[in-house]
Amino acid sequence: MSSVLVLVESDQGAMAPATHEALAFARDFAAAAGLAVHALVCGTESGMAVEAGAHGAASVHVADHPLLDDYGPEAWGETLAQAITQYAPAVVVACGTDRGNEVMAQAAARLDLPFVANCTEVEPGATEMTRTQWGGSLLEQVTLDASTRMLSVAPHAFEGSLAAVPGAGMMDMFAPVLDDSLSRTKIVDRVVLSSGITLSTAPVVIGGGRGVGSAEAYAPLEELAELLGGRVGCSRAVTNNGWRPHSDQVGQTGTRIAPELYIACGISGAIQHWVGAKASKNILAINTDNEANMVTKAGHAVIGDLHTLIPAITAEVKKRKGL
Amino acid sequence: MSDFPTNAKVVVIGAGIVGNCLVGHLARLGWTDLVLVEKGPLPNPGGSTGHASNFIFPVDHNKEMALLGEQSANQYRDMELSVDSGGIEVARTQERMDELNRRMTSAKAWGIEAHLLTPAEVKELVPFINEDVIMGGFYCPTVSVVDSLETGTTMRKEAIEKAGCQVFANTEVLDLITEPSHVPGQTKIKAVVTDKGTIEADYVVIACGVWSNRVANMADAYIPLAPAVHQMADVGPMDILAETNNEIGYPIVRDMDTFCYERQSAGSMEVGSYGHRAILHHPDEIPSNEEAALSPTEMPFTPDDFDPQMETAIELMDMLGEAEIKYAINGLLSLTPDTMPCLGEIPEVRNLWSAAAVWVKEGPGMAQVVAEWMTYGYPRVIDVHGADIARFYEEEKTDQFIFSRADEHFIKTYGIVHPSEQWICERNLTVSPYFSRQEALDAYFFTARTWERPQWYGSNADLVERYGLSERANEWDNRWWSPITIGEHLNLRENCGMVDLSAFQVYELEGPGAVEFAEYLAVNKVDKPVGSSTYTPWLTPDGGFHSDLTMMRVAEDKIRIVTGVFDGGRDSFWVKKYLPEDGSVTFKDITMETTTLGLWGPNAPAVLAKICDHDLSQQGSPYGSLRNVEVAGIPCTLFRISYVGDTGWEIYTAWDNGPALWDALMEAGADQGLRPTGGGVYGTSGRLEKGYRLMGAELESEYNPLEAGLARPKVKAADFIGKEAYLAAREAGNEVSMCTLTVESHADSNGVDRYMQGGNEPILDLDGNRITDSHGRVSRVTTAGPGPSVGKFLLMAYLPNDKAVVGTDLQVMYMNELFPVKVAAIEGSVFDPEDTRLKG
Amino acid sequence: MRILTLIKRVPAPGARINVTDDEQSVNTANLGFTMSPHEECAVEGAVQLIEQHGGESTVLTLGPAEAEEQLRYAASIGINNAVLMDNGGEDWDPQRTAKAIGDAIEQLEAEDGPFDLILFGNESADSGGFQVGVRVAHRLDRPMVNGIKGIDVEGDVIVARREVDAGVEVYKMPKPAILGVKEGLNLPRYPTMKGRLASKKVEINAVPPVADAGGQVKVRLLRPVETVSNTVVLGTDESAAPAVVDLFEELGVL
Repeated sequence: MSSVLVLVESDQGAMAPATHEALAFARDFAAAAGLAVHALVCGTESGMAVEAGAHGAASVHVADHPLLDDYGPEAWGETLAQAITQYAPAVVVACGTDRGNEVMAQAAARLDLPFVANCTEVEPGATEMTRTQWGGSLLEQVTLDASTRMLSVAPHAFEGSLAAVPGAGMMDMFAPVLDDSLSRTKIVDRVVLSSGITLSTAPVVIGGGRGVGSAEAYAPLEELAELLGGRVGCSRAVTNNGWRPHSDQVGQTGTRIAPELYIACGISGAIQHWVGAKASKNILAINTDNEANMVTKAGHAVIGDLHTLIPAITAEVKKRKGL
Repeated sequence: MSDFPTNAKVVVIGAGIVGNCLVGHLARLGWTDLVLVEKGPLPNPGGSTGHASNFIFPVDHNKEMALLGEQSANQYRDMELSVDSGGIEVARTQERMDELNRRMTSAKAWGIEAHLLTPAEVKELVPFINEDVIMGGFYCPTVSVVDSLETGTTMRKEAIEKAGCQVFANTEVLDLITEPSHVPGQTKIKAVVTDKGTIEADYVVIACGVWSNRVANMADAYIPLAPAVHQMADVGPMDILAETNNEIGYPIVRDMDTFCYERQSAGSMEVGSYGHRAILHHPDEIPSNEEAALSPTEMPFTPDDFDPQMETAIELMDMLGEAEIKYAINGLLSLTPDTMPCLGEIPEVRNLWSAAAVWVKEGPGMAQVVAEWMTYGYPRVIDVHGADIARFYEEEKTDQFIFSRADEHFIKTYGIVHPSEQWICERNLTVSPYFSRQEALDAYFFTARTWERPQWYGSNADLVERYGLSERANEWDNRWWSPITIGEHLNLRENCGMVDLSAFQVYELEGPGAVEFAEYLAVNKVDKPVGSSTYTPWLTPDGGFHSDLTMMRVAEDKIRIVTGVFDGGRDSFWVKKYLPEDGSVTFKDITMETTTLGLWGPNAPAVLAKICDHDLSQQGSPYGSLRNVEVAGIPCTLFRISYVGDTGWEIYTAWDNGPALWDALMEAGADQGLRPTGGGVYGTSGRLEKGYRLMGAELESEYNPLEAGLARPKVKAADFIGKEAYLAAREAGNEVSMCTLTVESHADSNGVDRYMQGGNEPILDLDGNRITDSHGRVSRVTTAGPGPSVGKFLLMAYLPNDKAVVGTDLQVMYMNELFPVKVAAIEGSVFDPEDTRLKG
Repeated sequence: MRILTLIKRVPAPGARINVTDDEQSVNTANLGFTMSPHEECAVEGAVQLIEQHGGESTVLTLGPAEAEEQLRYAASIGINNAVLMDNGGEDWDPQRTAKAIGDAIEQLEAEDGPFDLILFGNESADSGGFQVGVRVAHRLDRPMVNGIKGIDVEGDVIVARREVDAGVEVYKMPKPAILGVKEGLNLPRYPTMKGRLASKKVEINAVPPVADAGGQVKVRLLRPVETVSNTVVLGTDESAAPAVVDLFEELGVL
């Protein structure tokens, strides 16, 4: 029985949650197509076979090799290519993460097979597959001329739930033949992120607009930003007034940010500012004007005066942090 | 958010600088029940206001633009959303230095402080300029930088607070619904359909900037404007700019000869250009807010177009070369086919108004104009006949015309534009029946809106020798001019001349209410026997001039209206606006069915007598009378009148008969010295010698008939528009009078004779001071031109009564030099003041 | 050292991307064009490395003739040489693209010597295939790591840093190497006016691309179903603070 082979993404023995999405996709696809779900673990198994089984994998190929004890795109890609050659799966699936796409690309290059990244819809009976373009702003339907369908599933396109009927998760050792030269792209060191957060890397950005009122009035924003491990940004009007340096400017002519949360305080959301802020994953607008562009575009808003709200939020944060 | 309304007194579409200021001004004037809808988000909906460079150079040669620019600058100042950065226009060429002298003259006219600077003085103000590439600068300390977005927000809030104006952002207008009006061919606005609902409204105003024509088209109406690209690049940061620690610390520099400006914006410099090829976009091509990378009117920058400007900018300011181009756009702004804005009620649709083709620099003032217009039936702050949207003819509303003309004049944004400058494109749209004959006579044509009119005839070049005439020494003064026009003038006075008047706009009012309605329009009595005519002002409700024209009683229930081609659109709209609703009067435009030839000069009666059996004496054809006769067998109407000071007729006939009439008159006049004669005589030298006023020059809504010297001894009993104000003005008496002045010496400081062009040159007292009246109206040249038969160059100007005395010595400023002038006539003629020659 | 940077000409759309009526491409009427943001950082990275270590940099693109605009942009901020592979603006699949680029690099290296470092963007802004650089690296048998936000050159070793949730992974590769870089590698400079003018004089080296189509065939482009943003109002005064901090917790930013 041919299979759907899922690449298990793991780091130092822990399965990446995104792999659950790939397994969920694989299990539905396999059920509809009458295929078995297989998984490939690179490096130490450390319980991942059971986890894969719980998400529907019938068998788990474990590629244990010294070169795979930590991540290396070439070694992992070569391993996947050899597994594909050995097991001849009908479909190979990874999650569309940095590593997932990278290993799939490495394997596809080695096999000279096409690889379809970030799919959102793939049906067993249909020849057309749907994938994302433009970071999901657009969809592309493609057909594939290949003996093996290699694809990754777009993050969050499928829910990584447990299988209603778990797979056996039967382990099977797989021994890839890896040349020592592949160590050239293995991780040699890791550093834990420390300070030096910038506007473009900060998880939280607190933006202040003309509504803040003066250079001095940014102090409460600074305090909250520090509590949240974030940075203060501002609009062009603010740098034009000389309240903040240009390096703090978020916008078309300043920095384009993409934090987990952007708190826009007294910022109307002029288009030039919006261009710099729109990649934020979540936006909280604090503004007295409920028609302001930033308010209508934000996921959450407080319609009120930032000068009273920010200190209140800061106090609440301190309370919960026990400060 | 409030519920979406189903009806309102006024719906204003568009919340840019104009729409916001308009609701604010309407609220100030007491309007309530206002709704402002805007397709984009607030406060920056994505129109041209959002990317404007936001500076105001107050000096403009055009009176409407200068005074409304100043009015706007003051409104920004009043809101404390403006800073006087000062500004310098620098010259790299002698031609531009001459233009800067002309700028100095206009600054004097409008009372705006300005100084001519040497290159070294420019460098003192702008230390990073390369003074070696410039010859001098025109410095205006009151050049200001404004915050147009904040001003819009402030005015919008004022409207919300004062008048409960309801504001709906992110609301797209999908359609305008009209209903039939009582005027054939005209509809009436009924409702605005938006994606949030439909609002029935008494008034709708389109203030949609570059999208205005598209919105007007929803009501089968037109706002003739083209969205055009103005390129702008923001370069920086630069330490010397950042050190000022404010939005702008150095004067704005306009590098006029390269069509660029450099304007500090905090630590950066905005380099803007009007020097690239004209890049026009159809409104349908402008992306939506969602589709646009930046905003709809910040189109993708096309660097190849900007490169030449960039090189010249670096020549002027070397530091620009090392700074980074952080942001660059092809910014859209509005251009109209004749360069002027589009304000007022749209002729096609009653109660649908336009407030469009307005830039930030004149936004608040023009919003005030429209608000006053809606409130009082006419603007009060200033006469705006040049911006009145009713001025356009149908031919001027086609995309072809709009885009061709905008394409031609884009480069003139910073150009040196002569007061008589002629258009190159879209010519010959409307030509008279004599056009082929005129071309054969080597006529030099001037355009009058869509019409072609001979200004002089090359075939008359022999007159230059006959009368010993010469070209003018200065090229600027000689541009768009020929001494042939003097020859034609002198020949008319000596023999006779024939003038093509086909561009006259001719309308007929017919029906049982025609005479009564005509009386309501006119100051002077129209209800006279059939065959009579009335030369009369039409007044605004405030008693100023709306029009100045002739009305003829051609039948018991039929009045013919004859007006000038520059005023036809406004005048026909005025008639339709007031046309009785009871159907007692019909209005018909017969311009293209009628042609007119003017025949004047001492030999005119003899020429006409050869081919016309009618009694041409003052008994058979009295001054001001209409007589239906045959001329060379062609049915004609003889109208004994003269705008040039010699006896003769306007001869009206059917369009198709025109060529035969032309040929017959030319043949009859061959041995009488008859020459085809151009507009230079008819419109300028002939009328100037007689002191005849011209609508749009001497006559504007800011002046009344008393001041213009056109008030009759008595006021008729019948009611007419503006009567109350007119009676009050008669009661108060006139503070100024229309005067003719003679130039006493033409020599400038280089000994070159100079000739004023009639471009608002200020009249000054002998101490060099401006002359103004209690309303702030300035004495300035309204028309200038030769008076060949009096041997003097003539100027017309309003003067306060103490100066309006024959023999008073004054000065005129021209090209920043002073020339002595003398008051020669008050409300009268310098040539044949007794009008003996008119009777023939 | 010698560095090659690969860029792709892509439209610069707004929030809404429209598709042409034939569903084959993005409607670029009135859109400007740029290179992918990751590639802007790659170009800046190449310029900085050459500034630090000397040598010369080259930029290469496969695309329409109009991609000259992007090549000159790269030149305007300091790249020395430019190579245009004009494929007539056709939409080439990743395998075909990688083959053509691999061939071209071999040709360029045969003429002028090897590139010590080749930089790709992590993925293109438009099609986002996540593979061309990897395929080229395999073809040239060079080490390749994607997702790079930090590069140092230490003698014959390229040190590359990749940001992950836990921190930073460090890779050390012998030259010649290939990296796929991400935005955040640096803050790309804007061109100066003089740079822009100088870039117009850079000669564009034309290398015609030849390659057979790969196995992925585009059928059509379509727009995803739009989600409407319904702003949740958490309050109108300071009593909203607990709700705001609840949101912080929910998003994991507290």
